[in-house]
Amino acid sequence: MTRESSSSAPSKEERKSSHGFRREVRYGIHLLRKNPIVLLGSIVALGSIVLSLSSGLVVDQNSWKTTHIALRLCWNNPIVNWNLRNVYDCAGPTTYTLGTDNYGRDVFRMIILAIPLDLRISLEIVLSAVLIGTVFGGIAAYAGGTLDELILRLTDIFLAIPSLLLAIVLATILGRTLENLTLSVLITWWPTYVRLMRSQVLTEKEKPYVEALRAVGAGRFRILFRHIVPNSIYPILVQGTLDIGSVILTFSALTFIGFSPSPLIPELGNLVNQGIEFVFTAPWLIIFPGLTIFIVSLGFNLLGDGIRDIFDPRLRR
Amino acid sequence: MAVMSRALVTKDAVLEVKDLRVDFHTYAGDVKALNGVELTVKRGEILGLVGESGCGKSVTALSIVGLLPQNAEVVSGEILLEGRDLLRLTKEEMRLARLGEIAIVFQDPATYLNPVINIGAQITEILTSDRRRFQVELVSAGLKDFEGRVQGKPLSPALEKEGRRLRSITPSSRMRRGEVKRLAKLLALSYLRMVKLPDAARVFKMYPFELSGGMRQRAIIAMALARRPKLLLADEITTALDVTVQAQILRLLKELKEKIDASVVLITHDLAVVAELCDRAAVMYAGNIVEVAEVKELFANPLHPYTKGLLEAIPRPDSRSELKSIAGSVPDLLFPPTGCRFHPRCPFAFDRCPKVAPPLVEVSPGHLVACLLYGG
Repeated sequence: MTRESSSSAPSKEERKSSHGFRREVRYGIHLLRKNPIVLLGSIVALGSIVLSLSSGLVVDQNSWKTTHIALRLCWNNPIVNWNLRNVYDCAGPTTYTLGTDNYGRDVFRMIILAIPLDLRISLEIVLSAVLIGTVFGGIAAYAGGTLDELILRLTDIFLAIPSLLLAIVLATILGRTLENLTLSVLITWWPTYVRLMRSQVLTEKEKPYVEALRAVGAGRFRILFRHIVPNSIYPILVQGTLDIGSVILTFSALTFIGFSPSPLIPELGNLVNQGIEFVFTAPWLIIFPGLTIFIVSLGFNLLGDGIRDIFDPRLRR
Repeated sequence: MAVMSRALVTKDAVLEVKDLRVDFHTYAGDVKALNGVELTVKRGEILGLVGESGCGKSVTALSIVGLLPQNAEVVSGEILLEGRDLLRLTKEEMRLARLGEIAIVFQDPATYLNPVINIGAQITEILTSDRRRFQVELVSAGLKDFEGRVQGKPLSPALEKEGRRLRSITPSSRMRRGEVKRLAKLLALSYLRMVKLPDAARVFKMYPFELSGGMRQRAIIAMALARRPKLLLADEITTALDVTVQAQILRLLKELKEKIDASVVLITHDLAVVAELCDRAAVMYAGNIVEVAEVKELFANPLHPYTKGLLEAIPRPDSRSELKSIAGSVPDLLFPPTGCRFHPRCPFAFDRCPKVAPPLVEVSPGHLVACLLYGG
């Protein structure tokens, strides 16, 4: 009797886990375990997302607006000794972990505020690009003919111009606000997604199940958006995750070269830009924001790699 | 309403294909794939369409459902589904016809299901994509005649329980989304049971890659049935399956035909299947129907030299003589033979054969043949 019960128990368990969401999650965890670097990336990426969601609890959202001239460019963290001649020691009892900047603001807090800002902008850009890419790329490939040609040539035009240059020009024309900067990066960013989606849909739409769908009298929009798109969206999602890091890089490059609407704004590129004047007197101003850019974008790149492994059917099972 | 009109039409033929000519435009020239196909499918019968690879069986099926590839052109002909010419329909009308009147099941079950959606969602999508039809279907599911057609048993106990609600639904009544979903699931499950899928509730949640070939083909047949077609085209549905599963699927098809009251065109190159399952058979060669007859008549008394050749080419366990085969090979349809397309391979060919294309003539009641040896 005991034998019977022990043999039936695992089969029930197996049955439960044999399909659906739980199995996918398990497979994902298995892949992450196999590849510790990806795990590291996921931790960094998830960490920065959690930080973004909770930064309001850690740091006052408006603290970047207040300046303390008396505390400018000081360092009193005993762990690091910069061995520089002109480092001020901060007056008062508070320890500034990463020192203060030219406006007397805590650099650590500025970074904590900057991560959510950069991440939000990056997500806005990537999600819009994914959406535009899915819709226009899908329609171009599925409709074919003149519409396809039109959409393709449009992406060609945008891809022919160096993207950073285009973004600079657009930002100059539109005016220096964060929204306009976001828009100009988006305008340089969407064409790759359209092309990626188009190529995916082109291969997908020739598959027999699409013919079967037409044979059961399914309409064009249903076939494209309910059946073909879910089958071809994975590479776009992978590209999107990889690009979250790249967009942060591009965006902070723009603010680094001076497109920030205000020097005070806690944005990673802008923080580096503000620190560049004081490379020799207060190196922490560029080292720590720069390191943050590096770590966050690397984290999302690694996460993207991991997601690709999970979604790539060739690597499955 | 759809259910009613079907009962009222008494005309004998469900489908009539008249002088259908289809060309494929290729870089090498025009391939004349169909060369005046004549075909009639009677109500409630299983018609076997036999012929070797490339003779135009699948092209015939695809032209009926209007899914010919881009480079194909219907040169002439009529395809009448209950008197309505499918070739004259607009794209949208054709789409609706595919949704509700003609169903096709293809050869390879592995690739004809959407890999990322589970079976249940795929079948309920078919059921609910036309809300009005769905409600008609529900009404009939609640009524006795529908149940009667499923061998006197209620379609499913769960649906029986819903009977009261179902009887109050009319084609135009408004239903809430949750209710549509719930009832669609019940109906879908009943179709999955109808094709004898074991543990339908579990299959409902499974993805195509988790099913075996036979199960997939059953699921696809369930999806075809769910549309209650008047005409079901089965395009070599058992070719990709192993022999035991083939037999099961074919038997299932025969049973289901009775239940759903549809006519079936069974496309195959297996004469044994035709002998076993079909009421009548049509033999195709190089884009022509060369012989049509009741199955018994066809096997007992084949008239066309090609049919004779085919039947002689079946190996028999009791025979000791060498297996006969048809001399020559299938013609290149880029440059088809003139006159009768079979004449270069025909042992009985005479001087008129290369000159005159033989029409399909009735030599005895119900037995049609396209050969100059029998007049025409």
